[in-house]
Amino acid sequence: MCGIVGLHLREPSLEPRLGQLLSAMLGQVVERGPDSAGVAVYGDPRLSPPGRAVVSLLGATPAEAEAALAEAALPGAVAVQADATTVVHAGLSLADLLAAVAQALPRATVIGSGTGMAVLKGTGNPVRLAESFGLASVTGWQGVGHTRMATESAVTPEGAHPFSVGPGQCLVHNGSFANHATIRRELRARGVGFDSENDSEVGARFVAHQLERGADLEKALRLLCERFDGFYTLLVSTGDSFAVVRDAIACKPALVAETSEWVAMASEYRALDVLPGIENARIFEPEPEEVYVWRR
Amino acid sequence: MATVIDLARTPVRELNQALHSPEDTSWRVLNPRGAHAVACGIREDLAVDIEGHVGYYCAGMNQRATVTVHGNAGTGVAENMMSGTVRVRGNASQSAGATAHGGLLVIDGDASARCGISMKGVDIVVGGNIGHMSAFMGQAGRLVVCGDAGDALGDSLYEARVYVRGRVKSLGADCVEKEMRGEHLAELAELLKSAERDEDPAEFRRYGSARELYHFKVDNTASY
Repeated sequence: MCGIVGLHLREPSLEPRLGQLLSAMLGQVVERGPDSAGVAVYGDPRLSPPGRAVVSLLGATPAEAEAALAEAALPGAVAVQADATTVVHAGLSLADLLAAVAQALPRATVIGSGTGMAVLKGTGNPVRLAESFGLASVTGWQGVGHTRMATESAVTPEGAHPFSVGPGQCLVHNGSFANHATIRRELRARGVGFDSENDSEVGARFVAHQLERGADLEKALRLLCERFDGFYTLLVSTGDSFAVVRDAIACKPALVAETSEWVAMASEYRALDVLPGIENARIFEPEPEEVYVWRR
Repeated sequence: MATVIDLARTPVRELNQALHSPEDTSWRVLNPRGAHAVACGIREDLAVDIEGHVGYYCAGMNQRATVTVHGNAGTGVAENMMSGTVRVRGNASQSAGATAHGGLLVIDGDASARCGISMKGVDIVVGGNIGHMSAFMGQAGRLVVCGDAGDALGDSLYEARVYVRGRVKSLGADCVEKEMRGEHLAELAELLKSAERDEDPAEFRRYGSARELYHFKVDNTASY
């Protein structure tokens, strides 16, 4: 199974409520993925202050991260704890912060990086995790969430979604890719590194690779449809976009609701029902192999 | 006056238990908010009006009851229905009427993928369009579509009959267009009437099984 929720706000006055709404949506898809969860939030001033590079980590506590980065002559780095995740931000370029983290915290796993975006993951009940993340008090303009029922790899924070492998990019997946091992081999041959054996990571790496090569998000997702075999409903977000795509069979559920104030996507209607103005939203199921992109 | 059950206060399980040992014949269900399995497994001649959108498997296994969803329905509405009538005033998600043996399912809006998959005797009337792979492996019953049909309509069809008024994107394996004879126009007119629709049966085309797929052919022995 797995549950997906996502919210892209058009109306700035709703931004203080982003985390509260995302948290309520996530709470409606717990049964779809009770073993672990993750979220990505765009624009929260505590997790990702404007102008600062942000890296989300597993395998290092905030105290360890701050100490190691201070020792590496990065005294301005701030680390914030969110369950198993430590979010580090600093007034550097993203490349410099990533390099410093790699050097100072060699055993930590980077689960997301960007400016203006933080990724939070953990294992256990998604409602408890949302509390542990402090999700209800998060603010911002866009958020995605995922509840996982593991099929392709172990229940670990690393295996939880979103997979964020390019700057500001996130991918969440309901389904399973059949030919991920082949595509992983091809991407490795082109120099792309992997953190896990998870099939969804291959999708995220593929999209990031296409974006890096100059494709726009729509093109990258079209190429994914051509190349990937298997079942998927994907919600993909970047620093300015929110996109949905489903495989040709489209057996993994997806609903989109849209108003003048927001665009939302979820696996089930009940997760959309918590949103303000849902009674007047345009609600539709994304068509198979059609790429839907909304831009900020 | 109908008995009113508000799902904002009453769990779905209590609603379904009440409908299984009914003390009234007329029921109104408020605030479904996408809940799953609303009004499932009814065996009595009841009228149930659901005021809002429902989740998966609404009115599944229905016998004799008339269940109306005043909103959209999620996956598998009226799945395995045996008799009675289920009406969705809005749109229905995938696998509407899946494996249903009898009764009438009416969807006033669109139905998405796999509408009537493995239908076994149900009649389904869709006011709008239907998605891909509809009536897949349909064994018996009638599927009427007033709008368009998606890809692979009637793939691996057995004896279900399909009527489409609009465009068919593509036919599935072993599904062919068939001649519309008098008896088909008559049964279609009756189906449209029972769904309270006023389309002209003459505007529809009929599709059915070419019966090439489900008989074993000795020529194919080498393939197995």
